[in-house]
Amino acid sequence: MRIAIEHRTTYRFSEPQARIVQMLRLTPCDTQDQTVVSWLVGVDCDARLRDASDGYGNAVTMLYAEGPIEALDITVTGEVLTSESSGVVRGSAESLPPLYYLRATPRTKASDALFAFASDSIGAGRDPLEQLHALNAALHQRFPCVPDLPDAGCTAAKAFEGSRKVSSRDVAQMFIAAARGLAVPARYVSGYRAEEAARSAPHAWAEAQVEGLGWVGFDPSTGLSPDESYVRVAIGLDASGAAATGGMRIGQGQEQLAVDLHVDQLGVEE
Amino acid sequence: MGAPGAFDEIWGHGGPERPRAEFAALSQWLAETDAAELQRRQQSAEAAFRQLGITFAVYGDTEAAERIIPFDIVPRVFLAGEWQRLSEGLVQRVEAINAFLEDIYGERRILKEGIIPPELIYLNEQFRAEVDGVRPPHGVWAHICGIDLVRTGPDAFYVLEDNARTPSGVSYMLENREAMIRLCPELFRDFRVAPVDSYPDMLLKTMQSVAPGNNPRPVCVVLTPGHFNSAYYEHSFLADSMGVELVEAADLVVDDDVVWMQTIAGRVKVDVIYRRIDDDFLDPLVFRPDSMLGVPGIMAAYRAGNVAILNAPGNGIADDKAIYSYVPEIVRFYSGGEAKLPNVETYRCREPQALKYVLDRLPELVVKLVDGSGGYGMLVGPTATKAQIEEFRAALVAEPHRYIAQPTLALSTVPTLVEQGLAPRHVDFRPFVLTGSDGVRVAPGGLTRVALREGSLVVNSSQGGGTKDSFVLLDDGA
Amino acid sequence: MLMLSRTAAALYWLGRYLERADFIARLVEATIRLDALSTRPAGEAAWQSALAVTYTDEAFALTGDELTQARVARFLTLDDSHPGSIVRCLDRARNNARAVRTALTREAWTAINRAWLLFQNRQTTGGATATLNLLEQVKGETRGFEGAIHRMMRNEATLLIQLGAAIERADNTARLVDVKYHLLLPEGEQVGGVVDRDQWNTILQTVSAVNAYRWLYNDGLQPANVIDLLISRAELPRSLAACVEEVVALLNALAKRTGLQGEADRMARARMARAQKTRTHDVIVSGLHEHLEAFVGENALLDGAIARQFRFI
Repeated sequence: MRIAIEHRTTYRFSEPQARIVQMLRLTPCDTQDQTVVSWLVGVDCDARLRDASDGYGNAVTMLYAEGPIEALDITVTGEVLTSESSGVVRGSAESLPPLYYLRATPRTKASDALFAFASDSIGAGRDPLEQLHALNAALHQRFPCVPDLPDAGCTAAKAFEGSRKVSSRDVAQMFIAAARGLAVPARYVSGYRAEEAARSAPHAWAEAQVEGLGWVGFDPSTGLSPDESYVRVAIGLDASGAAATGGMRIGQGQEQLAVDLHVDQLGVEE
Repeated sequence: MGAPGAFDEIWGHGGPERPRAEFAALSQWLAETDAAELQRRQQSAEAAFRQLGITFAVYGDTEAAERIIPFDIVPRVFLAGEWQRLSEGLVQRVEAINAFLEDIYGERRILKEGIIPPELIYLNEQFRAEVDGVRPPHGVWAHICGIDLVRTGPDAFYVLEDNARTPSGVSYMLENREAMIRLCPELFRDFRVAPVDSYPDMLLKTMQSVAPGNNPRPVCVVLTPGHFNSAYYEHSFLADSMGVELVEAADLVVDDDVVWMQTIAGRVKVDVIYRRIDDDFLDPLVFRPDSMLGVPGIMAAYRAGNVAILNAPGNGIADDKAIYSYVPEIVRFYSGGEAKLPNVETYRCREPQALKYVLDRLPELVVKLVDGSGGYGMLVGPTATKAQIEEFRAALVAEPHRYIAQPTLALSTVPTLVEQGLAPRHVDFRPFVLTGSDGVRVAPGGLTRVALREGSLVVNSSQGGGTKDSFVLLDDGA
Repeated sequence: MLMLSRTAAALYWLGRYLERADFIARLVEATIRLDALSTRPAGEAAWQSALAVTYTDEAFALTGDELTQARVARFLTLDDSHPGSIVRCLDRARNNARAVRTALTREAWTAINRAWLLFQNRQTTGGATATLNLLEQVKGETRGFEGAIHRMMRNEATLLIQLGAAIERADNTARLVDVKYHLLLPEGEQVGGVVDRDQWNTILQTVSAVNAYRWLYNDGLQPANVIDLLISRAELPRSLAACVEEVVALLNALAKRTGLQGEADRMARARMARAQKTRTHDVIVSGLHEHLEAFVGENALLDGAIARQFRFI
């Protein structure tokens, strides 16, 4: 599938900022089933951009801008070719072994309730892949409608209580917390999914390590594995570790963040 | 008296009347100098420390936010031969620690060959994926190490703990010596003591040697969390004696993957940072996002190879208590020889057999939390109450992987001035080992900590410990 | 090596706070002499004016305490609940000094630390004599600090401390004259009316100018002369004229060492040019209060210009 992405992040500040440093994880990497045809990260002010990678193998862009800055506009445009792989990740650059992804983080620590839910949903005696699919489906059933929302910093355990609006990020973290609780290495994926509607945040799902297959994607917001409409951008232990943008500003006042995101399938008649 | 049968470093096993042969002269000085006179000198030293503001803050003690660490006037002395053997062991150990860090964030041969269980590394919070694949400038990781040692006999030294992150205490080595020279000049006339005042120069050369690129005049700075930190005196002391800037996070900015400091005339590029803040607080973009002490972007500059950070981020994996028990294997793996400085025998409670052994012998053992420090989260079996022992037993059963246990050692003692005069008190020792691009050096001295309470084995300053000057003799013929 | 912006700011504020601590000590000392030790106790009015000079009259009113020597003296020395006490000034001075330990000599640091230690664990000032003793000790340590500064290298660090002190001193003197003059000469009264010797002596004591006055004026204690001395006579180190000149000289010396020259230099030089043309008599006739108020305002603007010029964070 040929996918076009336009992802615009706009910060507006109530007072001019003296300096901004941002770390952006906005650039996908090639895998066997994902080829980046073109990709461009642009900024609307006088800023310096530096490419690097982090310890997880993600492509990272450092953004440095000097003030006075009243607004900052980060635009990503690109095209990616994908192929169907039934959710199995093939040919990704892996710097850390699966074992590492058993680590719990503050945001992915399972609560008793979440762990009990996971144990119930996987049943007994089936093979690990089936168990993970069962967990994925159960989470989808429990949280059937989860939009992509900006990160509110919520933990998996807190989100599972269901008292606040649950996003694709939250269910992905729940899946990860539950899988790790079952001694299955799991990680967070941030990326894009071709859909008609415009959105206000990237999509989020999870990957778990399955004997014989390697990393396999699970998207609890659909209850299915990712298909060729998905573009993987960054991985991490949790949502914070794979955040698309994050940074520090030196200056007074409030900040307003707006995201405008279009992910379209190309070459298909509407 | 200390633990029965403990080895006294000056009096040996014979008491004040029959000191070790090499220490007859020192023992005589002790016997002949009036105790009241020693008291007077000691008080004079402490008054000077207070005026200089050489204070530390006790954790959780807001009442007395600033105290001085008690200073004991009786020095601890190493013979030239003893020191020589000790130094060789220290150099070997620190070389192995550097090789281990280079390997663990690189090829990971030591895991591939099954020397260390991989989960001990990968599930350890001290293993920082954020620096995986990064090679620090000149391949040096642990530039400044403080190796905590205990002693049980003339040549019996054991490593208690490695400190490869931000070991403190070196200012005491230097200030205690200043005080001793002023208060007991006769000792320096009678004994040839190796000078320690070259330490700041050694440190500066170490910093300059690891500067990125071939800059002949690299800009070096000391990064402090600020003057409310308990070790602030040391930070300012080191910066001052090296003649480099003492900076706080707010003084540094990162732009275009380069670290700059903000001066009255604009920005100046920084090449080498001796940071005295923990990894967690170094860069809010990479580690703890709520850190106010950190410099956003500094890790990007580090990854890009534009700045050297001493000690390297990620070092915690080398001095972690869970890894400690593997250090002899680590030394063997990288040096090809046996460790010249042994560890204290250590039971890894994560191993079921060891756990059983430990639970059976709690009243005899010292139990430590692998992620604790400063003497907190520690059980000293022989002096603990029944309730304390039972508390630890429950904790051990619940989370055995968090604990290690060691036998209670008959720690050596050194004569110490107490109210009743001179009496043996238990000591430990932290020598400082510097590694630059041009090799490893041991500073000829260190920090001797002394447990001032009779029989106590806890030397931490936060729990009533004091310090002594540590003499290294240049020759034994005196 | 170029100085860190934060270091520059801390040195400057160290100078300001120590100067302020010293000034409050002198003011309290002189007020005690005026009230408790003089033959005609000046009472509440004297303490009210001491509070006004240090901008603490409102804070004191909130305590609900009486305007007595014991209460006000304690308030201005030991009370750390408001920023106008000696203990708070010393605390801020010491914090700034700690933050720049490496820029100070041991001697300079220990003087500040000793002054600070005077107030640790101290609950009361005691009676008038005990308070005077304490103030004498504070003055001794601040003098010791000034001595240490003079023995330090004449580099940016020294100059910035002195610059802070000079700006602070200008503010203190202007405020002292303004408040005292207003109190001593209620509206409509002519300069040269009934003179309360004790009151005018208090002003001179506060700025250490008793002897200087005798040297410079030989017709007894005249209010117009006191004001002339404090405003226009550059021979007196605490006069406005002296502070204004000192600021120009210090900025000049800093410019030579750092190459930084700008807004602050221009403002300071313009102020000096005006000060040199000022005639005390004209000022009194046209409105001393307005003149001093404008001076204090301009001094604050200059403080801001200095912060920008040396990039204080």
